[in-house]
Amino acid sequence: MKKKFLAIPYVIWMAIFVIVPLLLVVGYAFTTRDGGFSLENFQTMTQYWPVFLTSFRLALIATLICLLIGYPVAYWISRESANVRRIAMVLIMLPMWMNFLLRTYAWMSLLENTGIINTFLQNIGFFNLINRIFGTEIEYFHMINTPGAVVLGMVYNYLPFMIMPITTVIEKIDPSVVEAAEDLGANGVQTFGRVIFPLSLPGVLSGITMVFIPSVSTFAISSLLGGGMTLLLGDLIQTQFYGSAYNPHLGSAISLVMMVIVLVMMAIMNHFGEGEETAIY
Amino acid sequence: MKKNGVFSRLALLLTAVFLYAPIVVLIVFSFNSSKSRTVWTGFSLEWYRDLFEDSRILSALITTLEVSVLAMIISTVLGTMAAIGFFNMKKRPRSVCMAVNNIPMTNADIITGVSLMLLFVFAIGVFNSTLGSVTGTELKMGFGTLLLAHITFDIPYVILSVMPKLRQCDPNIEEAALDLGATPWQAFTKVVLPEIQPGVVNGAIMAFTMSVDDFVISYFTAGSNTSTLAMEIYSMTRKRISPEINALSTLLFAVVLSLLAVVNIRSAQQERAAARREAELRQKN
Amino acid sequence: MSKELIRLNEVSMIFDEDLVLDRINLYINDAEFLTLLGPSGCGKTTTLRIIGGFQTPTSGDVLFDGNRINDLPPYKRQINTVFQKYALFTHMNIYENVAFGLRISKTPEAEVRQRVKEALSMVNLSGFEKRSTTSLSGGQQQRVAIARAIVNRPKVLLLDEPLGALDLKLRKEMQTELKKIQQQVGITFIYVTHDQEEALTMSDTIVVMNEGRIQQIGTPLDIYNEPKNAFVANFIGESNIVDAIMEEDYKVTFSGRTFDCVDRGFARRERVDVVVRPEDLLISGPAEGQIAGTVENIVFKGIYYEMMIRAADGYAWKVQNTHAYDVGTRLGLSVEPENIQVMHKN
Repeated sequence: MKKKFLAIPYVIWMAIFVIVPLLLVVGYAFTTRDGGFSLENFQTMTQYWPVFLTSFRLALIATLICLLIGYPVAYWISRESANVRRIAMVLIMLPMWMNFLLRTYAWMSLLENTGIINTFLQNIGFFNLINRIFGTEIEYFHMINTPGAVVLGMVYNYLPFMIMPITTVIEKIDPSVVEAAEDLGANGVQTFGRVIFPLSLPGVLSGITMVFIPSVSTFAISSLLGGGMTLLLGDLIQTQFYGSAYNPHLGSAISLVMMVIVLVMMAIMNHFGEGEETAIY
Repeated sequence: MKKNGVFSRLALLLTAVFLYAPIVVLIVFSFNSSKSRTVWTGFSLEWYRDLFEDSRILSALITTLEVSVLAMIISTVLGTMAAIGFFNMKKRPRSVCMAVNNIPMTNADIITGVSLMLLFVFAIGVFNSTLGSVTGTELKMGFGTLLLAHITFDIPYVILSVMPKLRQCDPNIEEAALDLGATPWQAFTKVVLPEIQPGVVNGAIMAFTMSVDDFVISYFTAGSNTSTLAMEIYSMTRKRISPEINALSTLLFAVVLSLLAVVNIRSAQQERAAARREAELRQKN
Repeated sequence: MSKELIRLNEVSMIFDEDLVLDRINLYINDAEFLTLLGPSGCGKTTTLRIIGGFQTPTSGDVLFDGNRINDLPPYKRQINTVFQKYALFTHMNIYENVAFGLRISKTPEAEVRQRVKEALSMVNLSGFEKRSTTSLSGGQQQRVAIARAIVNRPKVLLLDEPLGALDLKLRKEMQTELKKIQQQVGITFIYVTHDQEEALTMSDTIVVMNEGRIQQIGTPLDIYNEPKNAFVANFIGESNIVDAIMEEDYKVTFSGRTFDCVDRGFARRERVDVVVRPEDLLISGPAEGQIAGTVENIVFKGIYYEMMIRAADGYAWKVQNTHAYDVGTRLGLSVEPENIQVMHKN
């Protein structure tokens, strides 16, 4: 039938709004304001090397924490009855329905020096106790505007992205496969390590992807919780397109390099996932 | 599998606390009578009143709804067509199309946003210096570019939710309709569309929520005079921190909660009614 | 009967440079039960889809009642189809599924009700009107698909491996029932299957196909008893097929021995294929038989044993017998002249 022609409008759309923009990013990255080909942007970029390091380090830490929390949570959820599972999934997805800026903003009032956590600790006499024991003069814990706060923001915002795919994959594991492993003499730990975990890898991989990519490229979380003290790639790119440092050529070069690094990382990771189908959802 | 013990139950509970504590704090302080976001001074609805008098927020809300509804309609139509088209392609071109389709979903939002911004700046620049200068019109980034960007990132989600429905469909379903005398158009409207309808509706809902929720891509494509709710929230958190944001969050959360509740209760009722009918019929037979 | 209804004239079909159908010539009579039989990829489903109007042949003509219908779309043909996986409309209940064709043709509501009721009762599904398609078993879905097609009173019903998804017992029941329905409505059924037993039980005419060509057309009896070539013989039931040389009329040599047979008209010393069915090989002592061999293995098949008996020339004969012989037993095999089927090499 001729039904494949129904895709033509969208194929054209993709060409204009997906392919051409990416080509423009490449084009801008390799040119300067006067329009000539140049590698200048990449040379300028080397001075921002620490920003790359910070971004990838914080994103990796956030991804790792998400995995360490998310995997057990997903595993435990999948062992509950169908009803509890459904409720748990709704509870985990529900915060995602609130805009991530609002969720991040909520942490601001918790983490501030005079914020709710510090006020609470003050009121129960925690700081007095500490000061009496250690002879210090602490009035609050400094939490906001630190890299730690930024990581917390990433974990909080993207944890559901880790839990969801892993739960879905573990749920789908045929219980008789687990029973077969037990029947063949594997104990609990062996069953988990040799059967359940390998089978859940596709979920883990898509969870990692879904946490890492937004974490490494975020700019709002770092500007809200990092207070501009922790400059990340997202912030760097953003300032090249809006504001004082306006230089879309440099911004494109940074975007391009970030994209390539992420792609390479994902390719390596998926390779180690032994080409298993990584479900996006 | 074995049931969970006390420890794992507790850990699940703690995760829930971690996820919800900030939201609860946010909601509680929306009713605070003072501007403090940390000390409770008494109940009031002051911030809700302020919110409804805030013309910036109201106009941002309207912009958000407009762009989300328009993007939802256009991307649902284009996306459903495209999904059917892809589905009927041969393997090679289909996998190429799906790969390109996945780009906006897997790419970081900021890259999608920045690349679209470059396109719009470039295209507008070209237009203004040629046709525009001749006709005296000057284009700018604004609602139009915002809408184009939203459609671009919405369509992949529509395709993603329509595709599985097409795959689930009996491969001969359309031919069966033609065979029974339906014209191709009747076969599409009376059989194919109703069969994939849950996927289409789901795709539309996803597109809408993606649009409402989006901040990063809007930020780069809306230009300086158009602002969505998410963009407004961003500038509020940076400039004039006020419990108005808490009030706004609470309202938005309440709207989402009640929408979800309505949808879930309705589908639960339908399921139950269907199950009851089924049981009655089985008894009769 | 025997009024010609459909004719395929030199019909060929090319998909992606693959010749799927190679000059098919076939006529189908009114009220006939015709089966297209062959292994997967033989072109039987393509032939069916060409008749249904879902595909247009690359060359050749499709005639219906004498009119060329190559380019007539399916919705304008008086032909209905029962699809392999039934293709029921899951968003409609049983009643609406069956009524679909009538609704499209704007049949008055009272008549719709009457005809749906009749069709459902014909397939033994009265009272299922309000059920959803997903609540039915495979066999029931099958019946709905049949009702949905015959309610339109087509001149021809096409069935594409309709029993393939059912279990053995249900398949047998449905075979009888389909035949009954066909006789009841008195229209042409064109049936596609790869199951030779199904074809032999139900059909008036069988068309055996392979690699896009028709191998043989005939009644079930013709095809079983007188396969035209090795492919047909092999496909219809299990057979021993051996290389042989036709010495002269009524004399054929294989397994190092010349046998009497009933075939003639071959060239002298023509190389031919000989088919002997496993049930036609008689067992005797090693010295008394025409061919001596050793039992290599034996399997109990319910009412008979099936043995592989290796002859001196290395060929393993498949033999069916009600007696069991131990593995290693030496024995003799013989065959009556009329049970030796001599065929031209392809």
